[in-house]
Amino acid sequence: MDPKTPIAHFENVGLRYGLGPEVLQDVTFSLKPGSFHFLVGPSGAGKSSLLKLMYLAMRPSRGLVHLFGRDIQTASRDELPALRRSIGVVFQDYRLLDHLSTFDNVALPLRVANVKEQDIKRHVEELLAWVGLKDHMHARPPTLSGGQKQRVSIARAVISRPKLLMADEPTGNVDDRMGFRLMHLFEELNKLGTTIVVATHNEAMVDKLGHPIMRIDGGGLKVVPGRRAENIFGGQS
Amino acid sequence: MFSRRTDLPLDKDPLSRFLPWLIAFMVYLAALAQAGLIGLDSLAQRWDTGMAATLTVQIPPDPNAGTATNARRLQIALNMISETSGVLKASVISEDKVLQLLSPWLGLVEATDVPLPILIDVETDPDLNVDARVLHQKLARRIPGTQVDDHGVWLSRLIEMVRTLEGLAGGVLLFILLSAAGTVIFTTRTGLTVHAEAIEVLHLTGAHDRYIAKQFAGRAVALGLKGGLYGIGLAIPTLLVLGHMAGRMEAGMLPDIEMPLLGWVSLAVLPVLSSFVAGVTARHTVMRNLRRML
Repeated sequence: MDPKTPIAHFENVGLRYGLGPEVLQDVTFSLKPGSFHFLVGPSGAGKSSLLKLMYLAMRPSRGLVHLFGRDIQTASRDELPALRRSIGVVFQDYRLLDHLSTFDNVALPLRVANVKEQDIKRHVEELLAWVGLKDHMHARPPTLSGGQKQRVSIARAVISRPKLLMADEPTGNVDDRMGFRLMHLFEELNKLGTTIVVATHNEAMVDKLGHPIMRIDGGGLKVVPGRRAENIFGGQS
Repeated sequence: MFSRRTDLPLDKDPLSRFLPWLIAFMVYLAALAQAGLIGLDSLAQRWDTGMAATLTVQIPPDPNAGTATNARRLQIALNMISETSGVLKASVISEDKVLQLLSPWLGLVEATDVPLPILIDVETDPDLNVDARVLHQKLARRIPGTQVDDHGVWLSRLIEMVRTLEGLAGGVLLFILLSAAGTVIFTTRTGLTVHAEAIEVLHLTGAHDRYIAKQFAGRAVALGLKGGLYGIGLAIPTLLVLGHMAGRMEAGMLPDIEMPLLGWVSLAVLPVLSSFVAGVTARHTVMRNLRRML
């Protein structure tokens, strides 16, 4: 893929569920490689629907969606797994598999990619240490706190070093301190070149971090340039 | 194609716990049907090769003739039979043997009590078709009242019936196989519904349909094998008891039916077959159902 090719490119995208009204209307935007965007908007505005299109859980009803330069409308089912492996998703409800340990949940993207078990062990242990869950490696999700689950979910999303990372309300179930720590984690990943989209209701955090904003309302989307003068984690604060 | 490691909690499905017993029951029935099929086939083959190439010539007793005349009539018949093309051997059945054969109807009698027919057992070459009608006409001209029983006629009807029963047993086997496949399809579809959310997570993390199907197939193979072994474990004692009971019947009409080695091998293959059918069916069901998802 050409390094200048947008990670995601949407053009006049519309989405409806069944025969219902369009929840997304003429959505147009492009995400450059290495960019960081917040996706904001009122509840029911279509944030989750837009994310679903971006992480390939759905195809649009109309319009053009390109991910990593590939037209999704014409991509076959067999092509989707490879594209999905380049995308990491942190779900609002974590979507961890309760019967698997923390280790196995995080290892999932590597296992589906047929990575050798010894490499999986090394990478997963390293990442769990990074998110502060090395001591909970064998714990099952139901025994973890909300913040711990969130970090497992993040670890699972980034383990395969995705080009695009999406997080749906990642700070919704954690306190402010943990919320800022998670955002710091995303910024670190962004510095390593990962394109990030974070859907959030947390206007304070959006204001503080100052990244560009994708504002969605009434099914339409506007991109507002960011204000990166201040960064609570950066050297300018 | 199959995988033992699973990211899905398939072993916790209530239906998965019943599947081995359902398969066990089907393998049990299949083993009985297959043993019946093998037994019938062996019976038909024995009749076909053993009795199809035999005739029985019956010379009626002539109470007015003396022993010398009867001996001459017998010699004439034996000569005519032996000269017939395709006849390999002709032997007179002893009076004692004839009395033994008649004893169920007449009880214990002496040869002098009743006029006994002379019976000649004729062995023919199965490749050279001896025409029993022509032989009968020839013999009847010289010795009036002589009868020729061609076992081939009634035997062919009996064999035809046995072959029909074999077809029926084959049909039962096929039906059992389809039922087992249907059970696996139902269980797999239920599993897909129960684990829909986990499957979606696997998909979204980049899993191919094959990866998911392999896990269902691996589970089905294990359950199919387990059920197959239970089923065959129950079927073998049943077959041994049936064989023992059949041996005790001492029915002269039925030759001894023994299960050939190949028959036992084919029964031993049933658990492997049930496991394979379960695995392939589960894999196919998952692949087919996942194709409807994005």
